[in-house]
Amino acid sequence: MTLDEMKPGSGGVITVVGGEGVLRRRLLDMGLTPKTRVMVRKVAPMGDPIEIRLRGYELTIRKEEAAKIQVEPDAGQ
Amino acid sequence: MIYALIGNQNCGKTTLFNQLTGSNQHVGNFPGVTVDKKEGRVRRTEDTVVDLPGIYSLSPYTAEEVVTRDFLIRDKPDAILNIVDATNIERNLYLTLQLIELQLPMVVALNMMDEVTASGGSIDIPALSRELGVEVVPISAARNQGISELVSRIQKVAGERILPAKLDFCDGPVHRAIHGVTHLIEDHAAAAKIPARFAATKLIEGDQPTVEALKLNQNELDTVEHITAEMEDALGTDREAALADMRYSYIERLAALTVHKPGETREQERSVRIDALLTHKVLAIPIFLVIMALVFWLTFGLIGAFLSDWMAVGIEWVTGQADAALTAFGINPVIHSLIIDGVFTGVGSVLSFLPTIVVLFFFLSLLEDSGYMARVAFVMDKLLRKIGLSGRSFVPMLIGFGCSVPAIMATRTLSSQRDRKMTIILTPFMSCSAKLPIYAVFTAAFFPDNAALVMILLYVMGMVVAVLYGLLLKSTLFRGQPVPFVMELPAYRLPSPKTIALHMWEKAKDFLHKAFTVIFLASLAIWFLQTLDIRLNVVADSADSMLAAIGTAVSPLFAPLGFGDWRAGTALITGLSAKEAVVSTLAVLMGASDQTQLVPLLSQMFTPAQAFSFLTFTLLYMPCVAAFAAVRREYGSTVKAVGIMAAQTTVAWCVAFVVYRLALLIL
Repeated sequence: MTLDEMKPGSGGVITVVGGEGVLRRRLLDMGLTPKTRVMVRKVAPMGDPIEIRLRGYELTIRKEEAAKIQVEPDAGQ
Repeated sequence: MIYALIGNQNCGKTTLFNQLTGSNQHVGNFPGVTVDKKEGRVRRTEDTVVDLPGIYSLSPYTAEEVVTRDFLIRDKPDAILNIVDATNIERNLYLTLQLIELQLPMVVALNMMDEVTASGGSIDIPALSRELGVEVVPISAARNQGISELVSRIQKVAGERILPAKLDFCDGPVHRAIHGVTHLIEDHAAAAKIPARFAATKLIEGDQPTVEALKLNQNELDTVEHITAEMEDALGTDREAALADMRYSYIERLAALTVHKPGETREQERSVRIDALLTHKVLAIPIFLVIMALVFWLTFGLIGAFLSDWMAVGIEWVTGQADAALTAFGINPVIHSLIIDGVFTGVGSVLSFLPTIVVLFFFLSLLEDSGYMARVAFVMDKLLRKIGLSGRSFVPMLIGFGCSVPAIMATRTLSSQRDRKMTIILTPFMSCSAKLPIYAVFTAAFFPDNAALVMILLYVMGMVVAVLYGLLLKSTLFRGQPVPFVMELPAYRLPSPKTIALHMWEKAKDFLHKAFTVIFLASLAIWFLQTLDIRLNVVADSADSMLAAIGTAVSPLFAPLGFGDWRAGTALITGLSAKEAVVSTLAVLMGASDQTQLVPLLSQMFTPAQAFSFLTFTLLYMPCVAAFAAVRREYGSTVKAVGIMAAQTTVAWCVAFVVYRLALLIL
């Protein structure tokens, strides 16, 4: 499943970071590397972007970008 | 000694810079780019600290990252002062590991340690220092704790040129690849004066600027490629991910060893509670609008207007004194008029804006430093995305409805250069408050029954044109890939009064500088044009002045728009000094003693269709000289600023033309 499909409040572990160039590098630099735990906090009022939590801080990314990140959701979700 | 202050955004870098330097600082630009370069003298020392932009990595993509890299590699500061947010240590250390590779003397300032301790957490400073191979000093910039210790450490490290003790944060395939490449390119790196280790890591990441700087031959490039491909094979991942993963894996191990964190800090927990309201699904947008309405009302209404009025009284008094003194001295009447009507009136009218600007920046800095601006960007992002901007541009554009000058100055908070430049171009299309008197007089004269409707129509038209112009820019000048909107939402914090005060002072200084350079000259120019005729005789009737002659000369340009009258052209030119001047000039030229007299006279001069066309042009054409000066400053180029103004005026002409032709059909 990809990060943009996850429901607010649910978490998982990143498996693949897709995309290319600036965007991908930016995601990696901000700590979105494979094996990292992420949790989706909320969706912005207009439905996009989303707020996620990882490595002890909050980050916002657009759904378009989140769709390039593969996540293995926690069991039971 | 010169120290480079480097850290992530939102890690308290500005606060630390202010604590280190006090008010002894000045702002410049890095050569060629409009990225702020703040420098200051470290208090009680002879040392200089340079505040570099807030960045997350030394990758080669954004102007801020490139500027920082260039500064570190070319200017070789005597030491790096790396500030790290202790409450967010993992992501902050990612930059630290890259800085260590630069092989410059370095100290890590571990900021916000008070927050970590207050939540029952702890960080083993000696262990962290040992594992990183650099000195780590715990501080709290906001509480001014640990600063003198930090200064003495960095003086020692810089003075004795103590380099980071450790370079290897990896093992296995990445380790082998970095060592292989380092060995291969050592000579090239030395020739290019780039630290070999840093160059090797960057080559493996596929960093283009490093490839070019090292001037490797094809053979060597092939070898680098071969080593890197081997590493990718062994790890089963690509080069960029491999290195990011290498750094973060090391940081995770390091954090497990040295950081004890029982849970989120109080500030983080508090932020979640505040956000439950401020980024709430339904309430977020209404709350934002209320906050902005409040800021506008306080700035342009209550406080700002009060202070501006008093400022105006003060300026009037000074002008009166100067006037009396000049009269008493019996000075030549032309020089007298130049000083009083030109300089004092021109600069004075602009100076009366100063309180408004200072008050506005008080609120903006409060919103920015508290962390709320990032939430605004989060909430509003979707609206601006279509024109290729992000939510970050929303606030400057909104301020544009008050005054373009602070709005353009406020684009400084945008982290992407591309977004900043585009926002600066689009902001003047938001109808500023100085245009209101023009709308008021014209609607009273031509559309008394639909005054509100016409005004709303004008405001909406400004926004629509901005959107269309934005779309045009996005597909032409700003075609390049926008910087991805991947933004941190920092924990809410109470901004320090000192930071806010310095911020206001900086903006006030900036504005005063403009007032006494560009605006001063523009006031003089307009006085000359208004007072003298072509043969440089003082005119009795303003219809004989050079300004009127220019107005007459340009008026054929406006004939297709329906207002080829020379008085309209002249009013538009004086409107460049300040938009309110459009009304006062029309009043003078039409022989009206005040605005109530102007209303009936106007209806003889224009038809409603012509009046609406004139309003459209006034709404959209180039902003006043103060705004021009702000654009010039932010773009760092007079030519570009003039180009932007010309383009905007062309857009205004085209839109007014279409509007006039349509109005002729309807009205």
